[in-house]
Amino acid sequence: MQQAAVGMLLAVIGTLVQQQIVDYRWIALGIVVGGVVGYPMGMWVPMTAMPQRIAISHMFGAMAATLVGVAEYHHLAGQVSPGTMAALGFEVLFGALTVTGSFMAFGKLQEFIPGRPITFRGQNAANGVLFVTAIGLFLYLIARPANPAVFFTMIGLALLIGVSMVLPIGGADMPVVVSLLNSYAGLASAATGFAIGNNVLIICGALDGGSGFLLSILMSKAMNRSFGNVLFGAFGAAPTVAAKAATGLSVRSITAEDAALQLAYASLVIIVPGYGLAVAQAQHQVRELAEQIEKRGGTVKYAIHPVAGRMPGHMNVLLAEANVPYNELYDMEEINGEFERADVALVVGANDVVNPAARNDPSSAIYGMPILNVDRAKRVFVLKRSMNPGFAGIENELFYDEKTSMLFGDAKTSLAKLVTEVKSV
Amino acid sequence: MSGTLITALYVFVLACFVGYQVITRVPPLLHTPLMSATNAISGISLVGSIVAAGSHRGVVSTTLGTIAVAAAMINVVGGFLITDRMLKMFKGSPSGPTSAAPPATPPAAAAKPVNGAPRV
Repeated sequence: MQQAAVGMLLAVIGTLVQQQIVDYRWIALGIVVGGVVGYPMGMWVPMTAMPQRIAISHMFGAMAATLVGVAEYHHLAGQVSPGTMAALGFEVLFGALTVTGSFMAFGKLQEFIPGRPITFRGQNAANGVLFVTAIGLFLYLIARPANPAVFFTMIGLALLIGVSMVLPIGGADMPVVVSLLNSYAGLASAATGFAIGNNVLIICGALDGGSGFLLSILMSKAMNRSFGNVLFGAFGAAPTVAAKAATGLSVRSITAEDAALQLAYASLVIIVPGYGLAVAQAQHQVRELAEQIEKRGGTVKYAIHPVAGRMPGHMNVLLAEANVPYNELYDMEEINGEFERADVALVVGANDVVNPAARNDPSSAIYGMPILNVDRAKRVFVLKRSMNPGFAGIENELFYDEKTSMLFGDAKTSLAKLVTEVKSV
Repeated sequence: MSGTLITALYVFVLACFVGYQVITRVPPLLHTPLMSATNAISGISLVGSIVAAGSHRGVVSTTLGTIAVAAAMINVVGGFLITDRMLKMFKGSPSGPTSAAPPATPPAAAAKPVNGAPRV
């Protein structure tokens, strides 16, 4: 990373000494403000808040690109060739929708906007109209660039599209959205490069855009859903399955003492972390528990679903923060065959990624999504705050399975109890 | 004009290709640091913002440019710092399967990295 930072410093210095730069006061102000805001965002944001942190930084990146695009358009005052106009148009379109889209994603992750999908009648039609209109204005601008009113209307539409694009997306789909916004922010930067003829910008933007795009494809694949489905599916909107499962089935709860006893004598324990682990900030307790089990001769493995959590690699970062050795972390394909041998599968705050409905129930919204085969373990303990369905709003039949016992409560407290109990076994 | 545009497109396509090759080799383990790193790198729009803020093109350009410099700078500073923090965590965890033996050493360092010691 140091090399990258040095490279960027050189690029910035190179720009600063260009002849067209005549006034450094405002640049200095911007740099100081950015530095003062950026430093705490880099140093002190806890790892559990990483998804929000990443989402909001996409917003800043896109904001910079959009503002540069607007300034450039204003400066050239319509004396723009169609090629440059196309680049500027791309820049502000992608930029503006990423600004509001990322802010919405940030809001959902920070939970000041409801995380569940927000839908209304004719939503897709409305979005389609917005989108087509924006593209229409864009094409018009390429033909007749000297038209600020059209330019700003297009930006306004793009801002709206950003909001309406993220509104109907549920929390469980956030990894896809966050990576997609990453990609858009990058493409906006690349378009800036085209507009002002700067190769460094094009290269960095392309890298950013490419990696974000690739990640969102990987994430969609991990959920066995297409891009279009994630963006327009309004997943979890209809709680059809919830009604079915809630009738007559009951769950078994278990005390920490009993659970600890079984964990202490297990020879293979597979821990399945999910978003709940991040919410409860229980990563250190998980590691302690694993250490206690290992001390007694058991083996502990962690099963990481590609879309567990709210961004790509979320669980890995959390567990790495707690110093969990990463050779104990296993991807879905590596670990799925081992659940049959596992004495206990310990599910910590994961829900949809262990829901057998994805295999068995064609009517389920997550049907076809590859899941961790937790239900094949000999015993399953689920740490959960309550019986509320997961972020996707889907009931989980795993919880009603006869092998499953629920340990209700805050994951951090429950895990701390388990550690004490395992120690005293 | 169209000549430079073609060159720019070449650069774009090549960068996409290189990016694809590099990024497909990043294991899922490091996807979050990858995201925050590309985020920091996208702060390179700083160079565009600097031009807008500092070349006396009128109030609008200067204002928008200054805000853009601040926004890009947030990404550069925040992005690099946090990526570095994360990569250190990955390096810091015991590399061998020896974790069962010394459970006493890591917690002190690991328990409170939130307000972590100054690192560069």
